[in-house]
Amino acid sequence: MATAWFILLAAMVTAYVVLDGFDLGAGALHLLIGRDEREREGLTETYGPVWNGNEVWLIASGGVLFMAFPKAYSSAFSGLYFGLILVLWLLIGRGLALELRHQLDNPLWRSACDVVFCLSSAVLAFVLGVALGNVVRGVPLGADGFFHLSLFGLLNWYALLVGVVGLVVLCAHGANFLALRASGEPAARARRWARRLWWVEAALFVGMIGPTYAVRDEMLTNLGDHPWRLVFPLVAVVALVALLVYQRRERLGHAFTSSALFIVGLVTTMAAGIYPNVLPAHDDRPFSLTVDNAAAGDDALRIALYWWPVGIALAVGYFIYAYRLFFREPSGERAP
Amino acid sequence: LSSNVTVDRLQFTLTVTFHYLFPILTMGLGLFIAWLKTVSYLGREDRRFPLLRKTPAERAVHESSARFWMRIFAVTFAFGVVTGIPLEFQFGTNWARFSTFAGGVIGQTLALEGVFAFFLESAFLGIFLAGAQRVGARLHWLSALAVFAGAWLSGFFIIATNAWMQHPVGYERSGDKVQLRSFGDLLTNDWLAWQYLHNMGGAATTGAFVLAAMGAYYLLNGRHVRFARTSLSIGVVAALVLCLLQIFPTGDGQAKNVADHQPSTFAAMEGVFRSEKAAPLVIIGNPNTEKRKLESTIELPDALSFLTYKRWKAKVRGLNTIAERDWPSSVPLVYYSYRIMVGLGTILLLIAGLAVFLLWRRKLFESRRMLWALMLSFPFTYIANIAGWTVAEAGRQPWTVFGLQRTADAASPSSSVPAGTAIFTLLGFAGLYLLLGILYLLLIARIVNRGPEEEPAEAPADEPDPEPAAAATS
Repeated sequence: MATAWFILLAAMVTAYVVLDGFDLGAGALHLLIGRDEREREGLTETYGPVWNGNEVWLIASGGVLFMAFPKAYSSAFSGLYFGLILVLWLLIGRGLALELRHQLDNPLWRSACDVVFCLSSAVLAFVLGVALGNVVRGVPLGADGFFHLSLFGLLNWYALLVGVVGLVVLCAHGANFLALRASGEPAARARRWARRLWWVEAALFVGMIGPTYAVRDEMLTNLGDHPWRLVFPLVAVVALVALLVYQRRERLGHAFTSSALFIVGLVTTMAAGIYPNVLPAHDDRPFSLTVDNAAAGDDALRIALYWWPVGIALAVGYFIYAYRLFFREPSGERAP
Repeated sequence: LSSNVTVDRLQFTLTVTFHYLFPILTMGLGLFIAWLKTVSYLGREDRRFPLLRKTPAERAVHESSARFWMRIFAVTFAFGVVTGIPLEFQFGTNWARFSTFAGGVIGQTLALEGVFAFFLESAFLGIFLAGAQRVGARLHWLSALAVFAGAWLSGFFIIATNAWMQHPVGYERSGDKVQLRSFGDLLTNDWLAWQYLHNMGGAATTGAFVLAAMGAYYLLNGRHVRFARTSLSIGVVAALVLCLLQIFPTGDGQAKNVADHQPSTFAAMEGVFRSEKAAPLVIIGNPNTEKRKLESTIELPDALSFLTYKRWKAKVRGLNTIAERDWPSSVPLVYYSYRIMVGLGTILLLIAGLAVFLLWRRKLFESRRMLWALMLSFPFTYIANIAGWTVAEAGRQPWTVFGLQRTADAASPSSSVPAGTAIFTLLGFAGLYLLLGILYLLLIARIVNRGPEEEPAEAPADEPDPEPAAAATS
């Protein structure tokens, strides 16, 4: 039962990273791809109606983590206190900058919003990577299931490296999105960025194998012991290659899909690597939080299994509907 | 401030109070926008249902009103979303032992909110804001209804969570945690129905008074007269109905919940230090916790017993029957907050009643004094809402989960989140929220200043250019 919830939770987090990933990445490249106020306005229109819905996947994933693994939720959130409060402040700044940009006609206001939006998106992509890096590396859990990491404890070398990966991968994802959805000069710029970032992305993907093995060899042995789990990294590799091919052929829709699949591959590989842990302990401490000792009671998990599929089916329905509505007409030809 | 629990409480109080100012308005306005859009979409001159019997010109005013209010809704919603995320996060960051203890139950309702309410609300708000030209009139109307449903559903799951903390049901203890046993019990909690209706009624009251205040403001300025009259009429009628419902049955039902399930809170609300038969209802009085009595009182004999138990001579339980360690941490806070809520509710009821009377006599639009009163009264609905929540939350103390977990045992361990760390983030939130508050008022002031869009092309505007006219009369 707990394993089923681990899988559902992993699926929701994956959906979050894929969906909010493109608007975070597009945001991080906002000032580089849009060179003047009008171009930037055009960029925000591409994800304006959907970014908020994308972010709801984060809230809903948090809610499901809380519901299914309350112990892991409370331990991770209190232990990573500074990181999470920082994420909150960035989410506040980013959301408001994007939503309130149109509210005032003053060019200074819009520039300020653009800068806040771009920087908070970039730092968020990085910080989410850092948080993920700490989870993979393991945290200094005590016998009571809690831990404390200082700000500099959070910023260890491995987590920083994953932070960089997060930033690069999401920027590439955002660039692929803008290449598809933006128009004119910015779209061409986004295309160039997407191609450039592919090489960095690929280099980091290969380069991360060694460091990950160094901090947590289980990540790889876990995959080796259960060979079917190798399907996840395989998805990532295939998608990465496909991304390059489609970029070369200017098949932008396919390229964006490949980029999304690459992220799916990365996140699921990570989940498959840490399972059955939910929050592994660092330094071979015996206090890892696993799907068994962190899960809520069986009754609660079973009850939630009744409503969850209904809610998610509805949510996916709204998403398909809204995306078809907004992405039906080519952007740029939209009535003002 | 050396105790991390104190700082965690301060931070949650600050963030939840500031956050709630926005949902009060979005939940309240959501209802009225759905109504305005429904009239605009379904209204015809030959409808049998009188509220939908509208001329094209009236429908046009309803349509432009709905769009005006949606602009305010959208800004308020954005602030509500970004200030709401910190609350869910803080269950983990600052209240980790509470989350570990109660996650098996309240994780359900919080996850339900994310999955059922937030997706609905955010998807359809995006569609609504894209505009009727782009999505069609029918979908535009439906998305207004969906946004309203999402907002009220979200409120339902939050109240279900709070109701469980006030009156835990449907759980079983396993070791040092509680686990959900019955989903049905969780959603049919005695506490839930009245608290939900009373809370949503409070939010809708704010919406109604905001509508009335905006109408009054434009009428006093001589601007956007047709819009102003529509908002004002809908606002004052709704305000009267809602104020009455807040007192009976929802307020009455909620007070009985408290009397039945939280005698300590009830005694503190009413300042009953000693159990008594035929207890008087204290209109005014100051609680003295040292001497354990109310001072300088004006009271109605036997009324409290009657209101609570429908028997004049019934016995009301006092704080003397409860161990002092189980009293609310601050009896005066609970007592005065309750009186502020009830007192403001009564005054607002009188204002709404008088306004409806004038509307019926067709004098409301010219009565400048009444318009002033309406324009200035809406902030007090916010105070009444917040005071009501103060009664609920301060009244539940010293428990986080009533009777099961004390607040002192609910915070994150001080080894994970020391007091100093929490003070740092508390100050960060305070500064950030001060800035956000100023920004919000600035943006709302701009929307109000720009006003609703003038009548659409097919219905010619019946007011001459309003700005110079207003300037000339002032």
